[in-house]
Amino acid sequence: MRSKLWVGMALLVMAAGLLMFSGCAKQAVKSDAGVSQAGQDAAALEAEKARRAAEIEAARLAAERDAKRLAEEAQLRAARNKFMNEHIYFEFDSAVLTPSAVAVLKEKAAWLKDQPTVNVLIEGHCDERGTNEYNLALGERRAQSAKAFLVNMGIASARLTTVSYGEERPLDPGHNEAAWAKNRRAQFVIE
Amino acid sequence: MNLLAVFHGGSARQWKRRLLVFGCLLALAGGWHPAAAADYGYIDLTNPYLRKIPIAIPEFKTVSPEPAVTELALQGGRLTAETLAFTGYFSIVDPGAFLVDPKTMGVTGADIDFKAWSSIGSELLITGLASLDDGVVDLELRLFDTVKQERLIGKRYTARRSDLRRLIRRFCSEVLMRLTGNPGPFDSQIAFVSGRAGQKEIFTCDFDGYNPKAFTRHGSISLAPSWSSDGQWISYTSYQRKRPDLYIRHRLENRGTVVAEDGINLNGQWVPGRFELAVTLSFNGDQEIYLLSGNGKIIRRLTHQPDIDVSPTFSPDGKKMAFVSKRAGSPQIYLMDMASGRSERLTFEGSYNTQPSWSPKGGRIAYTAMEKNRIDIRVIDLETRNVVQLTHDSGDNESPSWSPDGSLIAFSSTREGPSRIYVMTSFGTDQRRLLSLPGEQSQPDWSPNGIQ
Repeated sequence: MRSKLWVGMALLVMAAGLLMFSGCAKQAVKSDAGVSQAGQDAAALEAEKARRAAEIEAARLAAERDAKRLAEEAQLRAARNKFMNEHIYFEFDSAVLTPSAVAVLKEKAAWLKDQPTVNVLIEGHCDERGTNEYNLALGERRAQSAKAFLVNMGIASARLTTVSYGEERPLDPGHNEAAWAKNRRAQFVIE
Repeated sequence: MNLLAVFHGGSARQWKRRLLVFGCLLALAGGWHPAAAADYGYIDLTNPYLRKIPIAIPEFKTVSPEPAVTELALQGGRLTAETLAFTGYFSIVDPGAFLVDPKTMGVTGADIDFKAWSSIGSELLITGLASLDDGVVDLELRLFDTVKQERLIGKRYTARRSDLRRLIRRFCSEVLMRLTGNPGPFDSQIAFVSGRAGQKEIFTCDFDGYNPKAFTRHGSISLAPSWSSDGQWISYTSYQRKRPDLYIRHRLENRGTVVAEDGINLNGQWVPGRFELAVTLSFNGDQEIYLLSGNGKIIRRLTHQPDIDVSPTFSPDGKKMAFVSKRAGSPQIYLMDMASGRSERLTFEGSYNTQPSWSPKGGRIAYTAMEKNRIDIRVIDLETRNVVQLTHDSGDNESPSWSPDGSLIAFSSTREGPSRIYVMTSFGTDQRRLLSLPGEQSQPDWSPNGIQ
């Protein structure tokens, strides 16, 4: 009798324990998943938001960088075009640098310092008056004048070559002082 | 009614007086020998254009009436008149004034009625007799003084029909030799620049503008041509390699040299009688004049002054060189003694005197002067240092170049608008255009004689 009791009690304890255990376990599992599920849901949402925000930020930064790069490139191009399209002008029969020519040359020197790999051909030109041979020599003196100034401003002489076209390549074909003034020039060509 | 008045714009009395004076002068000259080539009583060379000599050139006669021969005779007469008129010494008598029918008149002295010519004021007469056989021309040409009623020249020429022009020119040389002691410029050529901005080539043509031909085909800018003193080479500057290089090229054969130093290699002028030329180089940092051999080798440096030195030209004996220098602050012309190297300034009028050209007869230098934005040609006498201006109010006139006998000057002028090559006598008379090609022409350089 007693043994049946003991067995019965043992079984009960075991069952209870089992129940408790499985119940606890089940309960424990049930509540973790719930927590993690809920936790997971919340966290995932947060992460998603953060990720999207980061994406937007990255895109914005990239666009900013692009715009900056484009602007810089445009600036570089503009500076380069200015270097090539802005000529310096001379008085009749003179290779002396006028104050405005000096100002332009200073800008060109600055640009050349920033572009150490760039080499330049300086062309000297004259207006149509005067004689072809003399103007060939005068054109050369104009180109040499400009070169000497740039060298004095620190640009390496080896980067600068000169050529004279005399009166052979006028910019303005007119036969008046306005045209002549435009033709008495030195031009800078990037090689 | 007086033919003299009609055809020479003066009264008959004036003309009779002129003939009388002329005849007296001849008589005073004390006997005259047709054979003596040294007598130049016809043309006063101190001012030969003051009075042009009337010369009649009736159309040549023919041996047979075939059209080809008649055509030859007509062309021959015309060419003779054109060629002689080019010199500026003569006025060609209008055939309408002739009292004699050229078709029936005689050609030899024995058959000519000299009075029929002298009475219409024609002091000189040329007759021709032409025949043509199998493409070969046979031409008898005679020059007469109608007043003295004497023959001055009698020549007979044979040539290919296509060489008629050359033949006529040779005869005209004889005429000029007989009358002036100089053979004239008839077998010379002129080199010049022709084209548009950015594309200019060197061309050549005969002294009278005929037969223009391209000498260069670089397809870039070529300029400042000049002939060697034997007429076999032409030098010039070209941008074919994108820089001003000096080219020395044989005028017929495709051979020569290129001088391509740093800086400018600017063509100048050759030394008379030598295979050398003076040019401007700037490889030393300054534009200076150097003497080069015809092979392009530097012989020596001639100028040693800072600033521009360009445009050398030599005296006929090669002992002196005129050139342009800016050493005094503005372009002026200087003379250098080649032996000592010493220079003296020649021009003092105005602030821009360039492009000197020394007359092959010596004694005078033509040059370009710019004043008040007008460019004109002046001539300075080297002994008196007197300056005469030859062009006036006729656009811009540049680049004077003397004919080999020193009687004419070629130059460029914009009087018609685009620049063209003109010719005038050395006294500035008879200014006329030489030729006209597409684009503009400039920078003429007259060759020596002996270029066919």
